[in-house]
Amino acid sequence: MRYFRPTTLAEALEIRASHDVTVLAGGTDVYPVRTARRAWGDPTHKDVLDISAVPGLKGITEETDRWRLGALTTWTELARAELPALFDGYAQAACDVGGVQVQNLGTLAGNIVTASPAGDGIPNLMALDAQVELVSRAGTRTLPYAAFATGYRQTALKADEIVTAILVPKLDGARSTFLKLGARKYLVISIAMVSVVVATDAAGRISTARIAVGACSAVAQRLGTLEAELVGVPLEEASSVVTAAHLGDLQPIDDVRATAAYRLAAAEALVRDALSDLAATDARRAA
Amino acid sequence: MLDRPSLATLTLTVNGTGHQVAARPFASLADTLREGLGLTGTKIGCDAGDCGACTVLIDGEQACACLVSTAQAEGRAVTTIEAAHPLVDRLRAAFLAHGAAQCGICTPGMIMAATDLLSRNAAPTKQDIEDGIGGVLCRCTGYVKIIEAIQDVARGANAFAPVAEAGCAVGTRIARADGLPKVQGTDRFGADFAPADALWLRAVRSPHAKARFTLGDLDAFRAAHPGLEAILAAKDIPGENSFGIFPTIKDQPVLAPGFVRYRGEAVLALVGTREAVEGVRDADLPIQWVIDTPLIGVEAGLAPGAPPLHPNIPDNVLTRGYLECGDVAEGHLLGAATAEGRFRTGFVEHAYIEPEAGYAVRIGDRVEVTACTQAAVMDQEEVARVVGVPMAQVRIVPTACGGGFGGKLDVSVQPLIAAAAWLLKRPVRIVYSRTESMASTTKRHPSKIHARMSADAEGRFTAYEMTGDFNTGAYASWGPTVANRVPVHATGPYKVPHVLNKTRAVHTNEVPAGAFRGFGVPQAAIAGETLIDDLAESLNIDRWAIRRINAIDHGDATPTGQILHASAGLPQCLDAVKADYDAMVAAADAHNAKGGRIVRGVGVACMWYGCGNTSMSNPSRMRITLTRDGRLTFLNGAVDIGQGSSTVLLQIAADALGLPTTQFDFVVGDTDRTYDAGKTSASRQTFVSGNASKLAGMDLRAKILALANAGPQAKLKLDGATLSVIDGDASRTIDLAALVADDQGIVLAGEGQYDPPTTVLDAKGQGIPYATYGFAAQVAEVEIDRLLGTIRVKRIVAAHDVGRAINPTLTEGQIHGGIAQGLGLALMEEYLPGRTENLHDYLIPTAGDMPEIAIHLIEDTEPEGPFGAKGVGEPALVATAPAILGAIRHAVGVRMTEVPVLPHKLWEAMQAKGMQAKEAAE
Repeated sequence: MRYFRPTTLAEALEIRASHDVTVLAGGTDVYPVRTARRAWGDPTHKDVLDISAVPGLKGITEETDRWRLGALTTWTELARAELPALFDGYAQAACDVGGVQVQNLGTLAGNIVTASPAGDGIPNLMALDAQVELVSRAGTRTLPYAAFATGYRQTALKADEIVTAILVPKLDGARSTFLKLGARKYLVISIAMVSVVVATDAAGRISTARIAVGACSAVAQRLGTLEAELVGVPLEEASSVVTAAHLGDLQPIDDVRATAAYRLAAAEALVRDALSDLAATDARRAA
Repeated sequence: MLDRPSLATLTLTVNGTGHQVAARPFASLADTLREGLGLTGTKIGCDAGDCGACTVLIDGEQACACLVSTAQAEGRAVTTIEAAHPLVDRLRAAFLAHGAAQCGICTPGMIMAATDLLSRNAAPTKQDIEDGIGGVLCRCTGYVKIIEAIQDVARGANAFAPVAEAGCAVGTRIARADGLPKVQGTDRFGADFAPADALWLRAVRSPHAKARFTLGDLDAFRAAHPGLEAILAAKDIPGENSFGIFPTIKDQPVLAPGFVRYRGEAVLALVGTREAVEGVRDADLPIQWVIDTPLIGVEAGLAPGAPPLHPNIPDNVLTRGYLECGDVAEGHLLGAATAEGRFRTGFVEHAYIEPEAGYAVRIGDRVEVTACTQAAVMDQEEVARVVGVPMAQVRIVPTACGGGFGGKLDVSVQPLIAAAAWLLKRPVRIVYSRTESMASTTKRHPSKIHARMSADAEGRFTAYEMTGDFNTGAYASWGPTVANRVPVHATGPYKVPHVLNKTRAVHTNEVPAGAFRGFGVPQAAIAGETLIDDLAESLNIDRWAIRRINAIDHGDATPTGQILHASAGLPQCLDAVKADYDAMVAAADAHNAKGGRIVRGVGVACMWYGCGNTSMSNPSRMRITLTRDGRLTFLNGAVDIGQGSSTVLLQIAADALGLPTTQFDFVVGDTDRTYDAGKTSASRQTFVSGNASKLAGMDLRAKILALANAGPQAKLKLDGATLSVIDGDASRTIDLAALVADDQGIVLAGEGQYDPPTTVLDAKGQGIPYATYGFAAQVAEVEIDRLLGTIRVKRIVAAHDVGRAINPTLTEGQIHGGIAQGLGLALMEEYLPGRTENLHDYLIPTAGDMPEIAIHLIEDTEPEGPFGAKGVGEPALVATAPAILGAIRHAVGVRMTEVPVLPHKLWEAMQAKGMQAKEAAE
């Protein structure tokens, strides 16, 4: 097994294009997968492309109309960053991933490349209308997150590409929240989770609502019908608009953590809670 | 460097020192620290970022060293538990003083996480502390004393534990006698050391629950894999290829003989260099499998025509337990109300943070096994049998044990490494992976219980009857113990005149179920305590009151006909929690009257637990020696698995002798140097070995006093080789150097032996199964989100009759940890073979899941116990789950009969109840 640790992006892309490699960044998914395979007698491993020494992939920067989150930005760096309220939900997710010793390692891009249905960052990126920046030797392309995530643990990432950044469009006056449901406090896989981004007009009516539910389908999903119905609704009344029908497109599964029926009901409750929390936060700030 | 070779010289800066180390760049930092640099203070509990035991600081931030490649750690500052660091020092002292380290396996990770937290936040709230250490799992402490220790450091307090004067150790909160290395990271657990030239052994395990297999040309395979020294199969085992807890039931093979009975059973042992044994892909081995349909669940095992797992057990029923007193049919007729229920619990994993590990060495015609264990002499017997030598040719040297809870009573690694070391005449070491530990070692028995209970109009219990089927899995392990202990305890600590309890231990093609804190009693308590709540509801009697009315008391008879002459403190326990119970119920009712989504509930449950083995001789023998140069040594065969027996027994021995604990050296568990103290199980060490320790101390004291011709009140003082006996005018000094010494320099020795007085149980289960019992009452308060079904245990008030708390800090630690495990049993833990065999999918409570805990220590002296003491290890756990279930029922009106009550389970039960209410209304 070879281990590549390039120090330039060009070298990394060269290796990525020419070898069948596992890309290693924070290690919080690569090592557990390795351990699980070894536990039942499979010590084989692909060559490793460690991109953690590639410069320029870290950190959060503000651009004209968007924020750029470097692929190697860790959960902790996200949680500690000075960011507008638009990012409150994503930053909350950063504090809900694993424990601190995982948050200090795990990267934002690693979360979306692993593409677990229970990835805590993912519904936030959907609600943020985030784009994923992908680079190969052929050049750079960006995809909306929804197009990047193609299925259960599957993405549009090509074999010669590396995720270099997550791009989040600005949205004036927007704020967000994130709720995660699990069977214990720390180090827990989500049973269901919800991220909501809202912006309101001067009268406090919702001008934009983006709501995504995670762990209730192979890929997190936006609730488009609900989002449309919420436009024009005063934020403090938003939670009462939510019905079970708004979650009808979700396709949760039964597994050891919960049943499908429960996931749907919980997601509905969490969507209402998230909207109520945002209204309550507004009320607190106004007071 | 762009492309690193498989083995490179890397430069790591650890604790301020630069090291050149040969390592694979992809090897985890945790592995390189341990195997490359010998810094074994960093522990590996899961190798997957799920437990936090390997937490170190990287550039000052906590990180799981198992998730970081060695290459990534280059050029960064790594700080480990071995660091000289003022904040780490203060945390070490506070952990020691508070009893925050029990087994100590999570302690280094916990201290590093706390160092990160406190260096970033000098004045953390309790919430901040929980967030800071939330990624480190502890299975012993319930996190209570860990959080207290960190709070102390944050406050700037200088924590210290008292040092007891001679004769004053019992009842004093001295620090653990074995605690210092635990907080320094220098304690040596099973994976922490082995001879440098040791070969590694890896077991190849069956991925199938039931299958036959044939082996191809193993010699050719070995020859084709440089570094592999041997591939051992069943035929290679030098002695008997079988082991098992009971002398008459040696039913489990060391290596499967052509067929397997559960997923995880060892098939082959690969022995060689670490690289070689880890590099083999199991699928490449010449094993031809023929897979069969396994029996899963007791229903399958008991089904007519089910294929027997073992030829001598045609119906798959390993053991039947039985207890009958009075006439249960008559008893039910005497009742004004009868409650009935069916209950289920699943496999529960011990989840000690230390996976099994150790090494074996052959020395001439002897083999020495150094490994983590709860039962050194049983290991010695098993190893002797498997190697095919007399017991005297086997030495067991227990390492520090990173948690046991019953799971390290059975042998695991010992027969494998002993056989390999014997055959190859080379040291052989092994370290189980987390999944290997979970898949192959014993679990708590899943239970299926049907019970009925009656009470008269005044609430007095008239009858209890239960039948319980316990899934003992593929092998017997402790199945007979569970089947026999449950009938004795199932009725609960109550006066019940008419009882009929029947149990079966049933074989299935599942992981063997064995000993786990409580031996089936926690499962039975869930059934019994729920029925008591049913009766309270039917008869309109308060739940506390009905328990108090029936609480067994001094002079009462148990269902086995044993009269409790003394130390029966349940009434005191119940009285101790009464005020809290009343206030908590009133507060919950007031809260709930306001309506709303978050509702509260309060539950109460009681327990009892016999200390020691059921109706069996289970002696302990202790020795204290004094050498001519004044070395005082406590030779103690009782393995400390983190619960603190080395400290408690020392306190007892020291006071019996009359010298301070600080003057003792101690040797624990080494079968060449200590007598058999029996297993560390059944809550027996404080009581049984405590008595032996006391007798040993008294014996040595008597010899000293006789030598000095002093009276019984004389005080002793040991100063080098001068032993002073102070007794007024009769005072004198003894020059130890002048006494006749044996070949080890020993001039005086005291010995003590104790075997608790019990009688065999007759055909109806009547007799005296235990010399003494622990009792407890616990009150739990929960908060439930009615929409989500999520349950938060807010508070537990626990009153435990421990006879005498030899070391209250350690006693509280047992209760905290037991409550954590009871909470896990109630709300989140279920082992599903093939699905929850890691600490990612198998959930145990984290620091954020623990309630506030208040403890009342009731000391109803046990005249038979050392200084009045009895056991607390298992009693800590038993009442918690039923108290939580009672609280859930109080909050939302739903009677849960299966655990764990995961959020969706409670939600579904609430939905079903809502539907019923709706239908009833229509």
